[in-house]
Amino acid sequence: MNKLNYLISEGFKSIFTHGFMSFASVTIIIACLTIMGSFSLLAVNINDVIKKLESENEMLAFIDETVPDEDALALASKLEAVANVSSVNFVSREEAMESFKDEYENSSIFEEIEPTVFRHRYVVFLNDIGLMEDTKTQLETIDGIADVSAQLEISKGFVTVRNIVSAVSLILIVILFVVSIFIMSNTIKLTTFGRREEIAIMKMVGATNSFIRTPFIIEGLVLGALGAAFAFLIQWGIYTLISDKIMTSIAGAYMNVIPFTALMYPVGLVFLAVGVVVGMFGGSIAIRNYLKV
Amino acid sequence: MVLLNNVSMVYENSGTVAANCIDFEIGEGEFVFLVGPSGSGKTTIIKMLTGEVRPTDGDIFVNEFNLRTIKPRKLPMLRRTLGVIFQDFRLIDDKTVYENVAFAMRVVGASKKEIDKRVPYVLELVGLEGREGRLPQELSGGEQQRVAIARALVNSPNLIIADEPTGNLDPVKSLELMLLLEKINELGTTVLVVTHEKELVNSFSKRVIAIDGGCVVNDGMGGYYCYEINE
Repeated sequence: MNKLNYLISEGFKSIFTHGFMSFASVTIIIACLTIMGSFSLLAVNINDVIKKLESENEMLAFIDETVPDEDALALASKLEAVANVSSVNFVSREEAMESFKDEYENSSIFEEIEPTVFRHRYVVFLNDIGLMEDTKTQLETIDGIADVSAQLEISKGFVTVRNIVSAVSLILIVILFVVSIFIMSNTIKLTTFGRREEIAIMKMVGATNSFIRTPFIIEGLVLGALGAAFAFLIQWGIYTLISDKIMTSIAGAYMNVIPFTALMYPVGLVFLAVGVVVGMFGGSIAIRNYLKV
Repeated sequence: MVLLNNVSMVYENSGTVAANCIDFEIGEGEFVFLVGPSGSGKTTIIKMLTGEVRPTDGDIFVNEFNLRTIKPRKLPMLRRTLGVIFQDFRLIDDKTVYENVAFAMRVVGASKKEIDKRVPYVLELVGLEGREGRLPQELSGGEQQRVAIARALVNSPNLIIADEPTGNLDPVKSLELMLLLEKINELGTTVLVVTHEKELVNSFSKRVIAIDGGCVVNDGMGGYYCYEINE
């Protein structure tokens, strides 16, 4: 316990005795986390917008004219039982006709049109737009469904955009994570360079590697957590500022920005975890060369 | 205590032969001078004794550790049985005299109670009582070397290795320091002193091992710097 207290107090003491380097380390963590966080939050919002657009991308399942009206209504449960179908809305041939007429209200040639020209139909909403083609095939096999129309090209476009956004943000996050560890370890390395004599003395009097390493890891952990806390507050400010700007601009009429309060817990946890891991890992890497003697 | 058996050391990168078939033994309680010109292999011998480098051939035993086969994780255990003193003192500038000495005990896991008991005793032994709160830069060279001796002594090592301990001191301070090391030796600790200083060696009636070109060229009792160093 005495030893642990000593190691912890040495870790904390070092933060203050090497104040400038500590400040530099925290600043670097803040910068890396804020950049990483901004990209992640942008990706989350783009994904959210795409998901909303996806949910509006529906399919139409047309019912065979020979199916009686009451059987047509009963088909809802069979459609909903298909995997990937989130919900269905029944649209009668009369409603379909009205909406058709509304669409072409200036055209007199459709005025005399009869409802029998139209089929009863279901508007089908999906959970995952990427599986639209499979779902279409399954819906077509249901007795009483004459045809299914789906805008497969649009759905493929959405899926491609979503995949690109996910891949780009993942690559950026990984790159920034590695860069953070690299910069952090170099910053702590500068601190350790100034303390190489102290480390050499510790080695010479018989300190174990773990004893020498522990204060540096504690220092990295504390600096990482501190950097994460500041980065979180800065991220909050930047995000709120930008989302307010978007929501009060014309773009706000077409898209919805997720409020920061809905994301703060995952963002906070990820920042803390990344800050602590980067700090501890950076501290551990930085000290490695001095422990070889 | 210390046994070098046919020890050779060739630096891999440069191919330099730093030690060549060295044989000597230092028994418990001895006081030995290791002398030789620059580049003779003295520093390599010290590095081998402290486990910083391994011999390429032969066996070295220090306090029952075989340094040719010792595992890296066992090195701290070896070093806890040694006290090493350097020419440039190697004190930590931002720690006081007391903290510099206590630090050596802390890193080997000593309790506060043990430290509070042992450090004042050692500081008194080396004549630094009353200077506990001073920083190294507030002390003279001789006093700084005494702090280094106190740090080397504080963990009660079996063997003290002093690498040119008087190199930065004037003749009077050098003599005082050697007398202190002699006193420590009389209290039971084996002492190995690496030095250039002929006058100093000759003023003590001790065993002298002379090294040149990586070989032992003389090993004699009687405190005479019998090997003329070509410098």
